[in-house]
Amino acid sequence: MTTAASHLRLDGLTLVTRRHGRPLTLVDGLGLDLRRGQVTALVGASGSGKSLTCLALQGLTPPGVTQTGGRVTVDGRDTAPAALRGRVTATVMQAPRSAFNPALTMAAHARETLAARGITGAEAERRALAAMAEVGLDDPRRVLRLHPFQMSGGMLQRMMLALALLSEAPFLLADEPTTDLDLVLQAQVLALIEQLVADRGLGVLLVTHDMGVVARLADTVTVLDHGRMVEHGPVAQVFDAPAAAPTRALVAAHLALYPDLAPEDAP
Amino acid sequence: MTAATDAEPAPAAAVAAPGRRRRWPWPARIGAGLAVLLVLVALLAPLIAPHDPAAIALTERLQGPSAAHWLGTDHLGRDILSRLMHGATVSLGAVAVILTLIVVLGIGIGGLSGLIGGRVDAVIMRGCDMFLTIPTFVLAMFMVGVLGTGLVNVVLAIALSHWAWYARLVRGLVLTLKEREYVLAARVAGASRLRVFAEHILPGVFAQLVVLLTLDIGHMILHVAGLSFLGLGVTPPTAEWGVMIGDARDFIWTNPLLLVWPGLAILVTVAAFNLLGDALRDALDPTLQAEGDA
Repeated sequence: MTTAASHLRLDGLTLVTRRHGRPLTLVDGLGLDLRRGQVTALVGASGSGKSLTCLALQGLTPPGVTQTGGRVTVDGRDTAPAALRGRVTATVMQAPRSAFNPALTMAAHARETLAARGITGAEAERRALAAMAEVGLDDPRRVLRLHPFQMSGGMLQRMMLALALLSEAPFLLADEPTTDLDLVLQAQVLALIEQLVADRGLGVLLVTHDMGVVARLADTVTVLDHGRMVEHGPVAQVFDAPAAAPTRALVAAHLALYPDLAPEDAP
Repeated sequence: MTAATDAEPAPAAAVAAPGRRRRWPWPARIGAGLAVLLVLVALLAPLIAPHDPAAIALTERLQGPSAAHWLGTDHLGRDILSRLMHGATVSLGAVAVILTLIVVLGIGIGGLSGLIGGRVDAVIMRGCDMFLTIPTFVLAMFMVGVLGTGLVNVVLAIALSHWAWYARLVRGLVLTLKEREYVLAARVAGASRLRVFAEHILPGVFAQLVVLLTLDIGHMILHVAGLSFLGLGVTPPTAEWGVMIGDARDFIWTNPLLLVWPGLAILVTVAAFNLLGDALRDALDPTLQAEGDA
């Protein structure tokens, strides 16, 4: 299939909506460059259009938002955004508890993901158990029978990663994967993503507003402010010499949380 | 009965058990018990009815209750109990077909409206509004007038005069459910629209629909009986509760029991399904509320 894809590129994404009858640009000509084995962070304050970009990349703009520009290429070939879903990209969502249907077991969720690729039956179960073991879920057979409300947030987030692995998509879109988790779980989930990048060569788009997460994981950083890209570069450069004001604000806010970290010590 | 239900294991141990169980209050049990009984009678009427409901015996006409005829006989000497039992088959059978039609129309049209949205939604909903403005019984009478009398046409008329309520409900539910995060999660995982609808939206719609359907069964039974009573539905030789009441009108002063029995049958049936519907609503609503908060 498309597992060979190694380069996912988004160009000129523009999203507009109308507010009080006037057009309002939500995302303005944004470009992203994802490569396998690399973590690209998309950072910005709340409401800067990060999650919207994640959805629009896959052709899922919410009602009321119109996409007026944007081109997706996979290994240089033009690709319909809808064709990415579950094949080229797998998505990990922000709130694990609401991302699972409360009426369905984990087995049903795994079946759904695999059915999108045409895998069913015993083979589906074997793959589900393998993926769950890979993300560190103990006793996967038991977990498969659980409903979301019987699981902790950390377990659900691991399960979501397992589902992402089941799709065997080369790229992972992680939309604030740690925002809803406590600090211990955050560290575990980040370590897990890092390990998956190393083991499977996943290309990751990490959407976050937490510069700590960026410092920990990202290779390159794109900073978004009011729908516009204001800075782009390797993570060290963005931390050491932030050029744009929004970037400086984000870095300063992060460092203010850790007063004993001198700026030059930042990774 | 009470001893058996009291012996049920207490649900105290069921901490965080899936699908929390709790005891049904007694009106619900009565409603459910009667409803099951009525459905059984309707299904088994040809086997358990003591007499042929259409067998005319003029020598035995207008008899009071006796060992041979538990509820007596009507003006043609037909056994009333047997006619009531066969009447249950007609009434509940008709209601079953009506409900099926309504569910298909409601989910089909309302689902489409909610999923597609935009202009299609607006057109469909204005169509629904037109149906909603006319009282259902009047609309059903009008449709029978257009289609002609008979049970099949009564069923069609009642289904066509009620689908709009269900389409509206389904559309509203689809609109809320399709914005759920897990629907988005399924979409980004590459699930097809049809699969998302069948797996994530339809079950939630059904949970609500069942409540409204059960509450409406009584309403539909009254419609079927009412139209038959007016001579628009089931034609007289067939045993049907509305027809029986219509037949008994001439004997209201001499043999009032003839009216009482079918009237009681309608009352009990409507009450049973209303109690059951109320119980279902109480049982299902808090669950949905909790799901919404999660």
